Amino acid sequence: MTHPIGLQIRGGTKVYPGTRALKGVDFDLRMGAVNVLVGENGAGKSTMMKVIAGVEQLTEGQILMDGKPVHLNGTDDARRHGIGIVFQELNLFPNMTVAENIFINREITRGRIDIDTAAQREATRGLMRRLEHDIDPDTMVGDLRVGQQQIVEIAKSLAQDARILILDEPTSALSAAEVEILFRVIADLKKQGVGIVYISHRLEELIRIGDYITVLRDGAITGARSMEGVDVDWIVRAMIGEASRDFAKDIDHPYGPEVFRAEDVTLPRAGGGLAVDHVSMSLRAGEILGVYGLMGAGRSEFLECVIGRHPHAGGRIFVDGKQLRTKTVAGRIRSGIALIPEDRKNDGLVQILSIRENMTLSSLGAFTTGFHMNLGAERGTVRDFVKRLTVKIASMENPVSSLSGGNQQKVVIGKALMTRPKVLLMDEPSRGIDIGAKAEVFRTMRKLAAEGLGIVFVTSDMEELMALSDRIVVMSNGRVTGEFDRKDATETLVINASAKGHAPTPVKEPVA
Amino acid sequence: MTHAATHSAPQAGSANLLLVLLKARTFIALILVFAFFAFAAPNFLSTANMVIMSKHVALNAFLAIGMTFVIISGGIDLSVGSIVGLCGMVAGWLVLYGIDLGLGWSIQFNTVEICLIVMVVGVLIGGVNAFLITKLNVAPFIATLGTLYVCRGAAMLFSDGRTFPNLNGNPEYGSDTFRLIGAGNVLGLPISIWMLIVVALIAAYIARRTPLGRYIYAVGGNERGAALSGVKVNRIKFFVYMFSGLCAALVGLIISSQLVAAHPATGQAFELNAIAAAVLGGTSMSGGRGRIGGTIVGAFVIGVLSDGLVMMGVSSFWQTVIKGLVIIAAVVVDQAQQKLQARVALQAEAGK
Ligand SMILES: Nc1ncnc2c1ncn2[C@@H]1O[C@H](COP(=O)(O)OP(=O)(O)OP(=O)(O)O)[C@@H](O)[C@H]1O
Ligand SMILES: [Mg+2]
Repeated sequence: MTHPIGLQIRGGTKVYPGTRALKGVDFDLRMGAVNVLVGENGAGKSTMMKVIAGVEQLTEGQILMDGKPVHLNGTDDARRHGIGIVFQELNLFPNMTVAENIFINREITRGRIDIDTAAQREATRGLMRRLEHDIDPDTMVGDLRVGQQQIVEIAKSLAQDARILILDEPTSALSAAEVEILFRVIADLKKQGVGIVYISHRLEELIRIGDYITVLRDGAITGARSMEGVDVDWIVRAMIGEASRDFAKDIDHPYGPEVFRAEDVTLPRAGGGLAVDHVSMSLRAGEILGVYGLMGAGRSEFLECVIGRHPHAGGRIFVDGKQLRTKTVAGRIRSGIALIPEDRKNDGLVQILSIRENMTLSSLGAFTTGFHMNLGAERGTVRDFVKRLTVKIASMENPVSSLSGGNQQKVVIGKALMTRPKVLLMDEPSRGIDIGAKAEVFRTMRKLAAEGLGIVFVTSDMEELMALSDRIVVMSNGRVTGEFDRKDATETLVINASAKGHAPTPVKEPVA
Repeated sequence: MTHAATHSAPQAGSANLLLVLLKARTFIALILVFAFFAFAAPNFLSTANMVIMSKHVALNAFLAIGMTFVIISGGIDLSVGSIVGLCGMVAGWLVLYGIDLGLGWSIQFNTVEICLIVMVVGVLIGGVNAFLITKLNVAPFIATLGTLYVCRGAAMLFSDGRTFPNLNGNPEYGSDTFRLIGAGNVLGLPISIWMLIVVALIAAYIARRTPLGRYIYAVGGNERGAALSGVKVNRIKFFVYMFSGLCAALVGLIISSQLVAAHPATGQAFELNAIAAAVLGGTSMSGGRGRIGGTIVGAFVIGVLSDGLVMMGVSSFWQTVIKGLVIIAAVVVDQAQQKLQARVALQAEAGK
């Protein structure tokens, strides 16, 4: 089975201020196949895709399509050449509806002036049916969870009928069931001859779906071959030069007393009903509690209630047995709770501030005597965390927006750890970080737990859940539908619990 | 964003120089403006003129410092000009009449007390702005536009639109020193300049070396993210608007003392000069970026420009046109600098 090459990069070099993101890469994109791309954080994957999508231009080298050089000077150019992309970071307008977002800049019009909203709505419904999601076309995108926004991004790229479709970590906030659906759609597109580029840090996904694999390391391609005979160990070796993936090295330690308890946490949903429906859970010092669930199960909302983001949420929160009176985020952080939010671009980081300023934003008190901030101590601590979390940076004074996605995530994690929390809430902590860093984050989680920190982490990754959790709580439709000790938990049990309360046919007209 | 740059090394050198020049652009503009007027306007460099001019600049600089914080935090304060007017009237009233309790006698204040009361008034109005913006969710532009009108009207009501003349104070009450705020000198420098130096140093210190300053930048950069990081966003906003109100109150005091009179229309359009100075100094209107030092230089550029043009006898209509052009040019150059900066960095990297 051969696949024609639809697009090539020859001698592609891309220079950013302070970094060479691509160093003379030769890349072949095959049509009717899934070309997967792996590499550590900052290896240059997104950069290579942005070049193909016309967002960035090569400093040197050229792009060929069907053998002829093409100049892609903007996304418009790329779109004309039939190239569509789902960016790693979400690029949606929160103040517009789902349908408006999907057809932005390509509005269906009557006579080029009047937007045909009915047609757009209908087309959006069609796309959502194809993706087996019941997101209403008229919902404001700002009201959607990150995972749902990812679905909207995917729908947006599907709507273009692209010949080449680039998916840059499209599944980082999706759980197993949703990934399945996406894979069915991809298989469909493949049959139609669409060339697909797929980037992910979930290696099992790559092996399942890929036809060709390209490995990037430090801006250079270190391996490109067909997927036959490739296994996880091979990928890991090609990526980081060694085959280590021991992210859950067990340090057995006794649990301490209860450090955190949530009772009857309730959060009303904007359109009626409850997003979080009387959720209670407790956590002991040194324990890692994994929270699993499908999209919209209310996991993130629960964590947000705990950190105090929703002032109108009901319920009681206890830290060290004492009920918290404070309802503000600052108060909760001071009481020893820290949150690593799901949406790092909008919630986790201040893009125009430097890496240093972002990392210390929650813990400036530690460097301050009276009014005075000790900038030297601040730099020292940041340097320390950058090393501990292996963040790849040129200088800590650079804006955080210049980092690759995974490295941004590490900055957010560093920020939370700097507050020296007693309870750490992590919402998809491994979203977008490479296996080396994942191992590092998980080792850090284990170590912190061993030091007596209580950790609640939300994940959509089954393997991660099983490997890391001491105890597992499953949520569905805002309720806790299962609780398992690690010894008793099996994937089937967890998945069944996560489907409780869901209708067997997921596609229905929503009752907005 | 920028296009691929494949220039050779010598060009990179000249670009580097250009970059340095562009970074110091406001400062260079100041020197150029200065040199031009020194040449074109006789007496421009005389000590007397320097003192007068620095006093003018100081007034705008106070407002611009407060405005810089507000803009960095992602807001805008249109009410400062009116606060200047109202605070001037309050000062005038206190000097002339004290507070009449309606019992046949009144409380009189000395200069320090008057200053404190006026400052409290300015801070309170800033607090009202912040309250409208944070608690009642009014957009900063609208909220401060509202207080702009309210304060101006209130200033008029104080005296039915008339001027409070002869604010010489009364030695019996210790308010005869009121005039010194505007007229006094210490070590050869006017008191208002000393006040500016103190306020500017404090503001710069807050911006660079205190958590409060860091939070102001964070709120302007990403309010949601800052809130989730535990920043008390509302408190930060209260601070910036109250600080801006305080700066305006100081200006009200200084002006009424300098003129030995308080006129309710004082301070009209001052807010626009303050915004212009901040922007000229590199403050970004979309929040999160700006420097106190830049703002001060910006205030000097505007001040020197308008005084110099007056001395040259340029018509006030042309003065306005020129001021507008300078502001637009400043922002255009600011954009060019950012592009060039990226390009130079690229060349440095590509040349490795
Ligand atoms: N706008 C930018 N300015 C400066 N440097 C940048 C910029 N964008 C990316 N870089 C740098 O280029 C390198 C490659 O980044 P890229 O986003 O392609 O990595 P990636 O392989 O997609 O990583 P991840 O898995 O974390 O998403 C990184 O070192 C990054 O810091
Ligand atoms: Mg990336």
